[in-house]
Amino acid sequence: MVVWCPDWSVVAALEEADRSLRSPAAVLSANVVEVCNGPARAEGVRRGQRRRDAQARCPDLLLLPANPDRDARSFEPVLAVVEDLRPGVAALRPGLLAVRAPGSWYGSETAAAATTCQALVETGVWDVRVGIADDLFTAEQAARTAEVQSWTVVPDGGSPSFLRGLPVHVLQDDGPRGRELVGLLQRLGLLTLGDLADLPGDAVEQRLGAYGATVRRRARGEDPALFAARTPPPELEAEVPFEPPLDSVEAITFSVRTTAERFVSRLAHHQLVATGVRVEAESDGVVCSSRTWLHPRHFGARDLVDRVHWQLQSAGSTSGAGGSLRARKGTGEVRAPIDRVRFVPELVEPAAAHGEALWGSASDDLVERGVARVQGMVGFDAVRRPVLQGGRSPSARQALVPWGERAVDLRPLDRPWPGRVPGPAPVRVFSPPRPAEVVDDAGREVRVTDRGVVTGELRHFRAVGQDLPWQPVTAWAGPWPTDEGWWSGGAGPTARFQVVGADGRAWLLVRAPDGWALEAGYD
Amino acid sequence: MGTMSSARSVAALDPGRSVVEQLRERVAAMERRPAGEPVATLPGLADLVPLHAGSTYAVDSASLALALAAGASQAGEWVGFAGCTDFGVEAAAELGIELSRTVLVPDPGEHWLEVTAALVDVLRVVVLRAPASVDERTAGILDSRLRTRSSVLVVHGHWPRVTARLSVEESGWTGPTSGRGELQERRARVVVHRGARPPQRADLAWPGVRRIEPLPGRQVREIRAVDGRAG
Repeated sequence: MVVWCPDWSVVAALEEADRSLRSPAAVLSANVVEVCNGPARAEGVRRGQRRRDAQARCPDLLLLPANPDRDARSFEPVLAVVEDLRPGVAALRPGLLAVRAPGSWYGSETAAAATTCQALVETGVWDVRVGIADDLFTAEQAARTAEVQSWTVVPDGGSPSFLRGLPVHVLQDDGPRGRELVGLLQRLGLLTLGDLADLPGDAVEQRLGAYGATVRRRARGEDPALFAARTPPPELEAEVPFEPPLDSVEAITFSVRTTAERFVSRLAHHQLVATGVRVEAESDGVVCSSRTWLHPRHFGARDLVDRVHWQLQSAGSTSGAGGSLRARKGTGEVRAPIDRVRFVPELVEPAAAHGEALWGSASDDLVERGVARVQGMVGFDAVRRPVLQGGRSPSARQALVPWGERAVDLRPLDRPWPGRVPGPAPVRVFSPPRPAEVVDDAGREVRVTDRGVVTGELRHFRAVGQDLPWQPVTAWAGPWPTDEGWWSGGAGPTARFQVVGADGRAWLLVRAPDGWALEAGYD
Repeated sequence: MGTMSSARSVAALDPGRSVVEQLRERVAAMERRPAGEPVATLPGLADLVPLHAGSTYAVDSASLALALAAGASQAGEWVGFAGCTDFGVEAAAELGIELSRTVLVPDPGEHWLEVTAALVDVLRVVVLRAPASVDERTAGILDSRLRTRSSVLVVHGHWPRVTARLSVEESGWTGPTSGRGELQERRARVVVHRGARPPQRADLAWPGVRRIEPLPGRQVREIRAVDGRAG
């Protein structure tokens, strides 16, 4: 039995984009239409058309990018539904799956097809067609001849006669090889699969090669090709119910320990480790707290317990928001009694990629424990890990990632970043910059014109409101002008200066449209 | 004797637990070192201030604090910075500090003492930007913790009792003039006060914290000329 969901790429893309399935849409790859849906076909859009041609035929065509991963991902629920009816499902490609027809169980093959259709339509897959036949190729062709939400059953031994009448262009779906063969067969005057099937086998093999011989065997209904049924992916989630519901963070943290250990050991049983885990807490059957945690290496049981603690504590404390210092003991109570905690592995990697050395990792473990204790005192995001990233100003070139989180969305370091200040990096980086003042010989504020001209010699500077009083400039260098983010309302044109004070310490001052600021110090 | 001891240790492995885990525990136990042992220091500072576990050092400049931590970090140890709200990550990386083995607690607030004590437990070098006033008793708590944990505390600011106090006496930069050039090299004269002993002076150059010959400097100026520090 073959289940076919036509134009699956378009269906999946439309679903992701949250658009109506009835709007004309096409999935493009390399500016060529790869798949289009029914409404688009009705307007004359065809596979293989160039983007411009397709848009000319149908101006309101929705163009979607090709993404095989998305297609496969969204096909997964369909596989699961069919797997419920009959295990041993093989995904031939996104939109097409095969399974041994569960005829005898449902009474007849027609009843089995009807049951499958109904189950899939109930889960929201609208366009589904089923074909049942002796062999895989015939079943696929049968599914393609079926109507929407309907089925074609080819009776036992009826494959050759069913295939005889089909035109050769059904082979087009077999990739470029198939398309090439269709052209050749049509030029040879072979218009149906029956014409090909009637030719002598050795002649076909000599003229059309091994692929041609395979197609001939298929057309005769003699193709023995079987499919390898997939093993259902293991269920890796772990959850722990609380009866009665718990309302103290400490009690919950204590109770999830064994579940966390089971979660980690079950992953380890599959030679896997989790690097990203979603922790969900349910209150009264509703998920009231859900957060994805990324680990710089991989999660152990203790890490998971810590994450549960932090997540519930931050959800429970009302004053702890915004990364401010939390009261040391906290309130210790959650907003609503929790009756279920669930660990969902979001990112799983093979354990071999995270092997630990025999030597030295013990001290790293020790550090992790010590840091977790500090996090318990001052809050999860008060402990940071420094990382470098690309940027122009010193504060943009660094990021402080909360300990135990993975750095995401870092700007790449290997770009040239024109306009960044040369020389050694400043030891002190003030974030946010401190307001400052810089004056010239006459005591007037130094400005930088729109053309990048400095209006006077830098003579004296100070940081406003700080204990860096007025002092003379002994040497200065600059300006290094930048105009960052002008397309999204950035700071406007700025110019940076390196200034050496009278005490021999150097500072990085920046002139923005709204005044001077002390950005960093070479202390 | 060798065969004896190895036979004994093999026999002592608990079959009920993971062998690797037990071996790791033993390695960790053997790696534990007593207080007072030397801690890796940058070559430029090694003969000036050789760091010893269990000691406290005070500095008055962020560059010196970084330089003291850099040696241990290069040698594969973990380092931490508490209270350094203006930590320059790129400068630390340029000095050879391994960022993946660096812990930052930029703003420990009122818990600075507990945080520092917890960091001292597990890290080899901890740099602390000390709050305004620290009394003898508070410092004593940390000192006793330090001695049992074999790590080094570097305080940026004032601290009641220290093994050595490093300060920048004179400093100057080469490179910029009036608008031209760029910062290139910093030369500084560092003076080390160690108890009642006469102060020791050395000329260092950044980047890289190299020892240089003392220069009678037109570029080097008295830091005392201006009486003020940026907090």
